[in-house]
Amino acid sequence: MHDKTLTELAAGLRAGEFSSRELCQSALDRIQRLDGDLNSFISVTAEQALADADAADQARASGDAAALAGLPLALKDIFCTQGVRTSCGSKMLDSFVAPYDATVVEKIRQAGGVSLGKTNMDEFAMGSSNENSFYGPVKNPWDLSAVPGGSSGGSAAAVAAGLVPAALGTDTGGSIRQPAAFCGITGLKPTYGRVSRYGMVAYASSLDQGGPMARTAADCALLLETIAGHDVRDSTSVARVVPDYSAELDTSLAGLKIGLPKEYFGDGLDPEVETAVREAIKVYESLGAKVCEVSLPHTHLAIPAYYVIAPAEASSNLSRYDGVRFGHRCEDPTDLEDLYKRTRAEGFGEEVKRRILIGTHTLSEGFFDAYYLKAQQVRRLIRQDFLDAFDEVDVLMGPTAPTPAFDLGAQKDPVSMYLQDIYTIAVNLAGIPGISVPAGFAGNRPVGLQVLAPHFAEAQLLGVAHQFQQATDWHLKRPAFGKEMA
Amino acid sequence: MAIEHADVLRAAHLARVGLGEDEATGYVDDLSRILEMVDQLQAVDTQGIAPLAHPLDATQRLRPDEVTEHNQRERFQACAPVTEGGLYLVPRVVE
Repeated sequence: MHDKTLTELAAGLRAGEFSSRELCQSALDRIQRLDGDLNSFISVTAEQALADADAADQARASGDAAALAGLPLALKDIFCTQGVRTSCGSKMLDSFVAPYDATVVEKIRQAGGVSLGKTNMDEFAMGSSNENSFYGPVKNPWDLSAVPGGSSGGSAAAVAAGLVPAALGTDTGGSIRQPAAFCGITGLKPTYGRVSRYGMVAYASSLDQGGPMARTAADCALLLETIAGHDVRDSTSVARVVPDYSAELDTSLAGLKIGLPKEYFGDGLDPEVETAVREAIKVYESLGAKVCEVSLPHTHLAIPAYYVIAPAEASSNLSRYDGVRFGHRCEDPTDLEDLYKRTRAEGFGEEVKRRILIGTHTLSEGFFDAYYLKAQQVRRLIRQDFLDAFDEVDVLMGPTAPTPAFDLGAQKDPVSMYLQDIYTIAVNLAGIPGISVPAGFAGNRPVGLQVLAPHFAEAQLLGVAHQFQQATDWHLKRPAFGKEMA
Repeated sequence: MAIEHADVLRAAHLARVGLGEDEATGYVDDLSRILEMVDQLQAVDTQGIAPLAHPLDATQRLRPDEVTEHNQRERFQACAPVTEGGLYLVPRVVE
C-alpha cells in the first residue's frame, strides 16, 4: 500500500479494496517502525488521524465522499493546526498549540484528507538541508548519510520513504523544490498568491508560498486544486478562478517551446546532474517539444537580492516572538528588556539569529537605500528576465539544484549553503510557479528536473510534468530503505 | 560594506536578541561574508527602476468597514505564558 500514489489509493478506497482506517493504520505503523531512523515527523497525531479516517469511511458508506476522502497525508509543521503543536522547527514554538487552523489545513480537512502529523523542517523555514531544526536533522531515505534538503525536508523524506503518499510544504527560496529533488519526489511551488498564507507561520511574506509534495504530478494537481484559491483572510491571495488541474494533465507536448536558461548550465553544476537533466530534455524532444537556449542575465544577482529581502522581512515577521503572548518565555526576567532579549536568545537557533541580525542591520538607519531599496530594484530586473523569456518560450527547464543531496554536516559555511539555491531562488523573487520532477540519479542520489512557467500557468506546468511521467519511470523508483516492510 | 563588532551589537539590541560580547564576535565573520556576497548588488545600475515589493505588483484590496471578528480573548490567551484577569503579564515597567 505504501508504494501507491494518492490517485491509486483514492481508487482503492472507492472500490472498497481497503478502508481509510486500514490505510491510515498501515501508514501509522510504518511511521512508528521507520521514522526513528529518518526523523521526518515532529508530531504524529495517530488518535486524531484514526478518528478522521473512521469519519471518512462513514461518509463514504453514506455516499458522501469528498475529493481526498480518507487519504492520509502529512503537513509541514509550519501550518497552524488547531489543538496540535505547531513548532515551525523552533524551540520558540515547542509548546505552541495553535488556536486555529491554517486555511490550507481547513481545505484539506473539508476535502476529507486525513493528516497523520506534522513534519520536520529547518527552523522557521530557514535552511536548505533540514539541519537547522530544533528537533534534529532529517535523514534522506535514499542514503541515510545524506541530507533530505530543506526547508521542507521532513515532508520530502516522509513521502520518499512511503510513510505518507503526499505532504504539504512551503517554498520561500526553493524549500519545496530542492528537497523534492534531493528525495526523488515531485514538488510544486505555486504562483505567489495562488495559495492562502493564512495560518502559515511567516518567514518572508513577499516570497512564501505553500504547495504540494507527492510522488506524481497528477497527485500534485489533485492537492493543488484542493488548497488553491482566494482567501479573504490573506490579502495577498489572488481572486482568480482555480482551474481543474487534474482535467488538464493530458495536454499534448507537440510544439511546446522549452527554453534552457544558459545560466542554469554553467560553472558549479555537477556533471552527473547535468547529464540526467539533458537526458530528460531529450525525452521532451522525442515527445514533440522544441528546445532552444535562452538567457536570464540577472541570475547571478538572485541570491544577493534574496539575502537582503528575505532576512529583512524575517526580522520584521519574527519580532512577534516576544515571550509575552505565546511561545517560549525565559525564566525570571528582571525587566521587560531582559524578558525580550533572553526569550529570543534562548528560543531562536543560530541561523535564525543570523538572518534576524542581517535583516535588522540592512533595514537600520543609513543602510536602507543601499541594501533594501537596491535589492527591490534588482528584484524587478530578475522578474523582467523571466517575463522576457516567456515571450519566446512556453516553459523553462533546468536542474532544480546544482548537486545531488550532500552529506549531513558537509556544508559548514552559511554562504556556501545559500549557493545551493542558485536555480530556485529567482523563481520566488519573480513570483512564478515551478515544479521539480524526478529525472534520474547521480550515484545513488536522485536528481530533479525543474520546470518553470509564467504566473498562474500551473495547469501547463503540471501537464508538462505529467507527460514526462507517462514516458519515464524515474518517479516510480523507490529507495531500499523500508522496503522490507509492507 | 563590512560589518563591525559594534554593528552586530547594535543590530542585536535593535532586534532584542540577547548577545554577549564574545558571541557577537562569532557573528562578525559570518555576517561579513553574507554582506560581501550581497555587495554584488552595488555593481548594478538601477537608476530609474522602480522597486518591486510584490511579485504581481498588487496593492491592498479594500473591504467594507464592518466587524468580521468577534472577541475570542480566552481562547487566544490560553497559549500565553502568563496572564491574569484577561491581561498579559510582563515585568513591571512603571515603578
